[in-house]
Amino acid sequence: MRHTITVLVENEFGVLTRIAGLFSARGYNIENLNVAPTLDASMSRMTLVTRGDEHVIEQIKKQLNKLIPVIKTEDLTRQEHMEREMILIKVRASEDTRAEVLRMADVFRANVVDVSESSYTLELTGKARKLDAFLRMLEPNGVIEMTRTGPVGMRRGAEGFTVDDD
Amino acid sequence: MKLTGAEIFVECLKREGVDIIFGYPGGAVLPIYDEIFKKNYFRHILVRHEQAALHAANGYARVSGKCGVALVTSGPGATNAVTGLADSYMDSIPTVCFSGQVPTHMIGNDAFQEADTVGITRSATKHNFLVKHVEDLALTIRQAFHIATTGRPGPVLIDIPKDVGIASCEFRYPETVNMRSYKPVTKGHHGQIKRAIKMMLASRRPIFYTGGGINSARGSAELLTRLARKLNFPVTQTLMGLGGVPCDDKHFLGMLGMHGTYEANMAVSHCDLLIAIGARFDDRVTGKIEAFAPEAKIIHVDVDPSSISKNVHAHLPIVGDVKVVLGQMLDALKTANTKPNAEALKVWWHQIEEWRARDCLHFDQDMDGSIKPQFVISKLHELTKGDAIIATEVGQHQMWAAQHYGFKKPHRWITSGGLGTMGFGLPAAIGAQIAEPKATVIDIAGDASIQMSIQELSTAMQHKLPVIVAIINNSYMGMVRQWQEMFYESRYSHSYCDSLPDFVKLAEAYGGKGLRAEKPGDVETVIKQALANRDTFTVIDFVVTKEENVYPMVPAGAGLSEMVLA
Repeated sequence: MRHTITVLVENEFGVLTRIAGLFSARGYNIENLNVAPTLDASMSRMTLVTRGDEHVIEQIKKQLNKLIPVIKTEDLTRQEHMEREMILIKVRASEDTRAEVLRMADVFRANVVDVSESSYTLELTGKARKLDAFLRMLEPNGVIEMTRTGPVGMRRGAEGFTVDDD
Repeated sequence: MKLTGAEIFVECLKREGVDIIFGYPGGAVLPIYDEIFKKNYFRHILVRHEQAALHAANGYARVSGKCGVALVTSGPGATNAVTGLADSYMDSIPTVCFSGQVPTHMIGNDAFQEADTVGITRSATKHNFLVKHVEDLALTIRQAFHIATTGRPGPVLIDIPKDVGIASCEFRYPETVNMRSYKPVTKGHHGQIKRAIKMMLASRRPIFYTGGGINSARGSAELLTRLARKLNFPVTQTLMGLGGVPCDDKHFLGMLGMHGTYEANMAVSHCDLLIAIGARFDDRVTGKIEAFAPEAKIIHVDVDPSSISKNVHAHLPIVGDVKVVLGQMLDALKTANTKPNAEALKVWWHQIEEWRARDCLHFDQDMDGSIKPQFVISKLHELTKGDAIIATEVGQHQMWAAQHYGFKKPHRWITSGGLGTMGFGLPAAIGAQIAEPKATVIDIAGDASIQMSIQELSTAMQHKLPVIVAIINNSYMGMVRQWQEMFYESRYSHSYCDSLPDFVKLAEAYGGKGLRAEKPGDVETVIKQALANRDTFTVIDFVVTKEENVYPMVPAGAGLSEMVLA
């Protein structure tokens, strides 16, 4: 099963390598990894997407916690939570298809971030499935390239994910 | 007060209570070596290869209970140290290794003797650091010792570029360490302890299965022995856990696992409650995992949460320091209003005694035949009254030592359990001898293993260490040969040690004493001679039966109850 795990780490040299190294050394798969600063500059927050049965996910959490710079982890999949991811798509736009591409962007509420004579670059934020659908709809027009961030996520409700909350 | 990095290094080590360092100098650590020379705060033991520095620090740590410290140079110094770090990591031995590094401005330039030491050692250490600014050095050293010695202990490496040793800054020693991301739990959860006691008192066929954690947590062996006696429960130990209860205590069933005793493996296979303490369900212990303790509920006490339910599901996990938890269990037992099920335990012990009566470790020594390896180990036990510190290399001799030596106390058994590092024993014995200069320290070795760190005889000589190296010489890599005999139709592919040196002459060449036993009648004589020699090291070449196998044995992939007895 797919799990989204969020990890609070010390913002120090080599943390990313330690986490990536842990996944490769222990044979866990990693579908996505996102690292970003937090409100407190001494910490970073990672969002990891991985797959495994209950036993594997439990081990992943324990092994993550065992790394010295890891402050805390949370399996978002077990919580009421939201996830968002962003995609940039560069799509071919000829005389005949320009209007269709824009209409599709409108339907998905995507933004046009760059225009050229023969292309549009679109930006869309949402759940992974919505991004997948958007990409699928644009494919017939010819997608030149795309990149996506992988999901970030947090719990719903007023509670935050900080050092002190336990 | 302004101090250089090298001065900070020696000041910090002094305050950590370090009195021994095992090391080998080189270009990148010259500023530190110069300061060690000038201050003369601690004793430096010059090894002959960096791997040995880490093994010696390991042996020292296990015997003394202190953190072992090693110092190596950059590049090859650090890469040579990797095996020693990985070894300490697998066996959870507290060590701090300092490595020199090329100056900060040259890092990444493929400079002379440069290696990405932090990158290379990341997966061989509990944690590692690269110190880029002299201002960070004192805190980093403090944190390194804290991490190495607390929680589940392990090796920590600090990489110090040469210019950091030379640069200076205001020295402030951090009196306390507080790391928000690293706070090991020591005390067991109260409710879980109560539940554990309830399960223990209700059990009909219980067994304690204890591991290296008992040797790591000083003082826990005594509590374990008390608990086992009080409950009248049997105890089996892993290779790493030997010495946890005295070998002559009737509750002790011997080691379990691949070369464990029949009674231990049968008891584990038939128990209804397995109380695992400071052990990690290693594959050499469990055999086929589905067949391991199939009828048992499992209580697992460990300071490392990731060890619990990693290989075998624990019905009742208790995270905590094993000494603290054993203390909590003894306390909880005092207030419990039920008693162990004496009736059921009587039946259980009756069954265990039946298994024990098979006398699975029995061997016959024909006094006119060749020397049996087991006979040598038994004689070593007898002539040292089971009180020597025993280090080993890795292979058949290691298993015979584990089966036949018999330990009465913890911290007397120094073996490479997890990584299985040939060449471990001699430097580890050197570290042990330095920790306890008056003790009898014996490295039980094989003719193949000993050659992997043989150069350390020179270290033993230099420091006048009366280490005894007992080579169980069968002219084979015995364990490899045994597996080839059993599983590869006796095709002995490259496991014969041709062109062995004359170990007696070799010992003499290094300045020590060399002895040889070729007949069973010689064994006692040479051991006595070796024990009497306190001036130099002694190497004894025991020429033993060539194709003796280690039994009992659980073949790889089989369940513990499918033992081959002989």
